[in-house]
Amino acid sequence: MPAIVLVFTSARIRPEPRVPLGTVIMITVSRRRFLQISGTTAGLAAAGSVAGGLARGGAVAEAPETGVRTVPTYCDICFWKCGAIAYVRDGQLWKIEGNPADPLSRGRLCPRGTGGVGAHVDPDRLKAPLVRRQKRGQEEWAEVTWDEALNVVAEKLQKIKAEYGPEAVALFSHGIGGTFLKHTLRAFGTPNMAAPSFAQCRGPRDVGFALTFGEEVGSPERTDIRNARCLVLIGSHLGENMHNTQAQEFAEAIGAGASIIVVDPRFSVAASKAKHYLPIKPGADLALLLAWMNVLVTEGLYDKEYVDAHGFGFDTFKAEIASSTPEWAYPETGIEPSVIRETAREMARHRPATLVHPGRHATWYGDDTQRSRAIALLNALLGSWGRKGGFWKPVQMTVPGYPYPPYPKPDKGKVDNPNGKYPFASEALTTGIREATITGAPYPVKGWMVYATNLLQAMPDQRETIRAIQALDLLVVVDVIPSEIAGWADVVLPETTYLERYDDLNVEWFREPFVALRQPVVHAPHAQKPNWWIARQLALRLGLGAYYPWTTIEEYLDYRLTKAGLSFDTLKKQGIIHGEKQPVFFDEGAEASFPTASRKIDFYSTTLREAGFDPVPKFTRPEPPPEGSFRLLFGRAPMHSFSRTQSNPILHDGMSENAVWVNVHVATRLGLTDGAYVRLRNQDGVLSARIRLKATERIRPDCVYMVHGFGHTSKRLTRALGKGASDAQLVTRYATDPLMGGTGMNVNFVTLEAEA
Amino acid sequence: MARYGMVIDTRKCVGCTDCVVACKTENQVPEGLNRDWITDDATGSFPTLHLEIRTERCNHCDNPPCVACCPTGASHVDPFGAIVLVTPEMCIGCKACLASCPYDARFVHPDGYADKCTFCIHRVKDGLDPACVSVCPTHCMTFGDLDDPNSEVNRQFASRPHHALMPAAGTEPRIFYLT
Repeated sequence: MPAIVLVFTSARIRPEPRVPLGTVIMITVSRRRFLQISGTTAGLAAAGSVAGGLARGGAVAEAPETGVRTVPTYCDICFWKCGAIAYVRDGQLWKIEGNPADPLSRGRLCPRGTGGVGAHVDPDRLKAPLVRRQKRGQEEWAEVTWDEALNVVAEKLQKIKAEYGPEAVALFSHGIGGTFLKHTLRAFGTPNMAAPSFAQCRGPRDVGFALTFGEEVGSPERTDIRNARCLVLIGSHLGENMHNTQAQEFAEAIGAGASIIVVDPRFSVAASKAKHYLPIKPGADLALLLAWMNVLVTEGLYDKEYVDAHGFGFDTFKAEIASSTPEWAYPETGIEPSVIRETAREMARHRPATLVHPGRHATWYGDDTQRSRAIALLNALLGSWGRKGGFWKPVQMTVPGYPYPPYPKPDKGKVDNPNGKYPFASEALTTGIREATITGAPYPVKGWMVYATNLLQAMPDQRETIRAIQALDLLVVVDVIPSEIAGWADVVLPETTYLERYDDLNVEWFREPFVALRQPVVHAPHAQKPNWWIARQLALRLGLGAYYPWTTIEEYLDYRLTKAGLSFDTLKKQGIIHGEKQPVFFDEGAEASFPTASRKIDFYSTTLREAGFDPVPKFTRPEPPPEGSFRLLFGRAPMHSFSRTQSNPILHDGMSENAVWVNVHVATRLGLTDGAYVRLRNQDGVLSARIRLKATERIRPDCVYMVHGFGHTSKRLTRALGKGASDAQLVTRYATDPLMGGTGMNVNFVTLEAEA
Repeated sequence: MARYGMVIDTRKCVGCTDCVVACKTENQVPEGLNRDWITDDATGSFPTLHLEIRTERCNHCDNPPCVACCPTGASHVDPFGAIVLVTPEMCIGCKACLASCPYDARFVHPDGYADKCTFCIHRVKDGLDPACVSVCPTHCMTFGDLDDPNSEVNRQFASRPHHALMPAAGTEPRIFYLT
């Protein structure tokens, strides 16, 4: 293989206009694309190379580094935190592979992890601290020094504290990188910290399971997919939703011949692997779950021994679901009674190794906690909780925290859920903080710090988010990329990527105990700084130096590891240290404990009854789309994480824009052509950006679907700007879960308009 | 000498494109271009559908038209494992090979020569799998010597029904898809 030497100037790695896509929709990488490209050599020659970009990223040493070295670390392209090994060749970041010693990646990353190289070389990434010079949202900035930027932030935070108290500052944070900013803000005195990962994602699922088993599903999910003999996926599109360990185990289960049942209005990739595909009417999942449970109970197919030993209130539960027959469920779900019976029997045949997957993004219709509780109860009937092929009990290594002085006790309670309006909200509500910011009640919120979460794409109703931003005295965004929320910030602080920094240890709750290290592989290419440095510098300027007895994160990490009896040097070399194996299934000796009100599995929940909610889940029919409208559904693509990766030059190549999936017969009826641009208009008159139409057999005629995270409007995301449409923009309506405040987002209806 | 090929389990493949991404970083494939790609093949009508997802690339054919048509000898069959390669220095960029390939597996590199999958010969010579195979989170790809009756790739080949792409083209491709 002849050596290919690519030398690029910085000008050549600037993104160029993309190659025209022609008539082929780029859902995944198309072989057609490069043939078109080969005919447009002018654009191509200037398009630059991913490899070329690396030259700028890694170079710092005085004497040029030669040869190949490897650095173990853990990934941050999503929150799964897979163990990785990064390769540096001649001083440039070359490639990233999975760390075989890591139980999450098992030596293999997902495409996003493999494409993590692109985060380092992304020419659109934030390079220097920015201070706003024009009206909010106009994206006009001045580059300033770190000193200037941090002084502005500290000064404004102190001003807010003096006028309104420390509670008037809120932090929105996603991922382990937020650890130190949370620490600084707790020391500052605010209790208000939230992440969209609760009320816009897994919250209802975790609350529904906790109300049933007393414990949450957690992240990574405690699902034993690889040993499941029957796997039931309800709207969960594993394979497109690329949580690495789960996707790997999914393939393993397929290889082992597991029986797969998929419930989805769309013929997903997972559906294509299924023995039974149930093309359910959107929003009717709870009716199907009740009917499945009805069959298991009336036909005596459930795990009676398990239910007798661990269940509470089974008889009342049985009476409550007696009328939820497959015949009752048929008009609600569109699934034939015979199919409901057959699939229920299939689940029973393989129990307890039947896993009804709890899903992850569960905020759909506003009844999501009860639907999740029904999934928990179905698993309970199958006896899969705590059993091989069902759910394991997570274990963790003991690694002591760093001993800090106690945080000041805030004078005011949390702002997001006044008077416990949502009694089962186990984490703070982003939407609650937003509402308080707009209304000033129960008390004013005047400052937002936002870490690594693009609130404008993650939260429903962008108009409300912008209204809240306009009521702020200070909006600070700490991020790697210039996201839409960064576009509204007063101060933007550019963070290093995970490949250029240390982070806190990942002491994961998993099926086997381990601790993992994130450590720098290459130097930051510009003025970016790691989150721990930013958090510490801010604390020093806020007079909170006592909370940072350490000066470098190495001191912090070394302290924690030494206290745990582990070696920092060993961890630097291996990336992972394993703990002793512990039992994770009941029959291996894991304790069958259920920290609910009854100390058992709550088939009937007195906790819910006392709070005024249905003690056994009940189905409510969602509002159907008006004539001529379609329900808007959204999901994931395997090569992108949220709205955070579309500008990554490698992952952008994998999928540069999203498409709207429309049933082919509907498209024909509407006179819309496959591959043509359309716009979507929602029930509130909001019109989307243009998006290509995917006319396909693979979706029901009453809904449309798109991959989340596209339709960027941030001017600085030059590679992603104006490509595809944003589902978040169209989610102006949401159904709030009365139990825990989750925002059900599958309640928006759209019409389609051909793009002239 | 070995005759390398691949057997790919389409039941396990989820089309995640990790193979595509790994090839790009391993081989520094320029932005906008790919040596491998994913094809989704959906048949039937809703809801009774069949979907075959395939990771595709140069088939390293036993009867490679790209080699036969090359006027300079740049396209050739390497004695190592019968892998079909291009020698960039000998390539004049005439695109005859692009036109001859029924799989659209080739493209013109920005530096002016025809480029495509090399089966990561540099890795294979070191005893490693090609990058795409080594990263696949679903373990759906097996690489090895089709002439070795005891190889894992032959064991996979014999385990299930399979098909190759466009057999009628007569190119005798060496990538097989288990169905």
